[in-house]
Amino acid sequence: MNITEEIISMLSNNMYAELAKRNLKRQSIRTILAAIGIIIGVIAISSMGILGNSLKLSVTDSFADIGDKLIVSPAPGEDSITHRQIDQMEKVGNIESIIPVSSSGEIIEYRKSGAEVQSYISVYDIEKEGLEKLVELEDGRFFKPGSTDCVVGSSVAENLELATGKKIEIDETKLRVVGILKERGLGFDINTDSGVFTSSEMYEKLYPDADEGYDQVIVVVKDIDEIDSTADEIEERINKKEELVTVFATNSITENLDQVFGSISLFLMGIGSISLLVAGVSILNVMLMSTMERTKEIGIMKAVGASRKDILKMFLLEALFLGLIASSAGALLTLGGGYIIMALVFKNASYLLTLSSMFYVMEGFFFGIATSLIGGMYPAWKASRMKPLDALRYE
Amino acid sequence: MNGAYMPESQRSTHPIVQLQDVSRIYTLGKNRIYALKGVSIAIKEGDFVTIMGSSGSGKSTLLNMIGCLDLPTSGRVKVNNVDLSKLDDDGLTAIRRNNIGFIFQQFNLIPTLTAIENVEIPMIFNGESPRKRRKKALMMLKKADLPLEYARHKPNEMSGGQQQRVAIARALANRPPILLADEPTGNLDTKTGHNIMKLLEELNSSGTTVIVVTHDPELENYSHTTIRIQDGEIIG
Repeated sequence: MNITEEIISMLSNNMYAELAKRNLKRQSIRTILAAIGIIIGVIAISSMGILGNSLKLSVTDSFADIGDKLIVSPAPGEDSITHRQIDQMEKVGNIESIIPVSSSGEIIEYRKSGAEVQSYISVYDIEKEGLEKLVELEDGRFFKPGSTDCVVGSSVAENLELATGKKIEIDETKLRVVGILKERGLGFDINTDSGVFTSSEMYEKLYPDADEGYDQVIVVVKDIDEIDSTADEIEERINKKEELVTVFATNSITENLDQVFGSISLFLMGIGSISLLVAGVSILNVMLMSTMERTKEIGIMKAVGASRKDILKMFLLEALFLGLIASSAGALLTLGGGYIIMALVFKNASYLLTLSSMFYVMEGFFFGIATSLIGGMYPAWKASRMKPLDALRYE
Repeated sequence: MNGAYMPESQRSTHPIVQLQDVSRIYTLGKNRIYALKGVSIAIKEGDFVTIMGSSGSGKSTLLNMIGCLDLPTSGRVKVNNVDLSKLDDDGLTAIRRNNIGFIFQQFNLIPTLTAIENVEIPMIFNGESPRKRRKKALMMLKKADLPLEYARHKPNEMSGGQQQRVAIARALANRPPILLADEPTGNLDTKTGHNIMKLLEELNSSGTTVIVVTHDPELENYSHTTIRIQDGEIIG
């Protein structure tokens, strides 16, 4: 009979379960105190894991659409990406689209709560077709090529109190706002929220001295699994003789974030597991006391036919019951308390209801049961090894 | 009680318990204490034996040897023709579970369990189903003459006599061929003690070998055979 079958057999044999239940109830205060230890441990492990996971989800959520793009930038010492280099990129396989980007920065001033505020905005020259692949409109439409129209990011619109049809003045040139973009969060390609996007003609008019070529090229790949080999191929083609461009795969950001937040979660859970360790020692203590107090009973059981295995099973079942009850309570409290804290701290309790957060709750639950069983193992072993005659004589 | 009296002529001559030159030595510091010295006895199947002796004579040690609760320092103990020296812990447990029922002076019931649950305990270790063992436990309590309204009472809710009846029912649970009783009337008044001994007598008459350890000469009257022990040696 394997362990699972043994447990099922013990539970279905209601006398074993009844004995375990009554023995736990016998010293109810002591049982409750041991259970509180496990509950705290489960809550600590689960909530620390959930906290780390929520931090990760919260940060990765703020980086939008970063997985499927390559950012090609001039190598150190190079001024820009040339048209020839873009031609070379076009020969690489697995490319969905190539979006050249030129950009400049501007300081703008606006009034907020009655005070003058300065802010930095990026002015972009991205072809309309390319821009449509990178951003989404909240209101209005995209600019027409050759026009003096522009679309602005959500932060720019909010700070300057812009709406479609209004005008924005950059370097004494007025541009008509025809569209406002949806908020996108931080990006490694372009900063949409604080950007102003206009036609190439208008951009050249604004910055007549800008370099020939582009500041960066955003390459959208077809198959994300092949993104690294696509980056290698671009580098191989362009950097044959000398390093002219650097290629950065945005998915490496998510991989690094996963690693960093994975380590944070593990560290936090490590702190949480200390409380579970303390709970384990408490269970060990409670069960050892119980073993000592029940020495005579163990002797009686052995005299009437209990084997070492029977005694071991009885004590382990008690530890299992204690672990199950306390871990369930711990998991429920984690979910309830976690929901309230998430709603208050992150203003978003949805992180708690993700599969990855539930995994940490389950992990805490199983760690709680395992701790209880490990804590109960030595007392159970000790009880099972008692000599029946010595146990019967114990007073 | 259903057991019919078994006349001596019908009793088996087959020894159910055999001790051959059994010694039990306890070591206390540098001192060696002989609890049993070269004891050799044979107890026939279906016999009612009283082991008599004063306190410290070795009678309980002898009973513990027969009940597989203790092993001899030297010599051989056979129960139901099985040499105990050749058994490991599981083997000794199996002998206790299937061949021996214990009755103790202190009753030794599990305080958290009711009367019927106490009787069920040996059957749990024998792997019997909950339904079957509950039925059998009720039967055993009836056989031990415990009024069934006490079946759901815990030990502290019963008198000494009632507790000893529960203990007897528990000893009978797995229908063992041997009943071992260590001062079974020691904690009971005379009348209750007599009733318990009558019960053991009746169980013996239905075929169970009963071995009673006592220092009370009154109990000798219930048995067929008396073994006297003094300073760890059989004297008669």
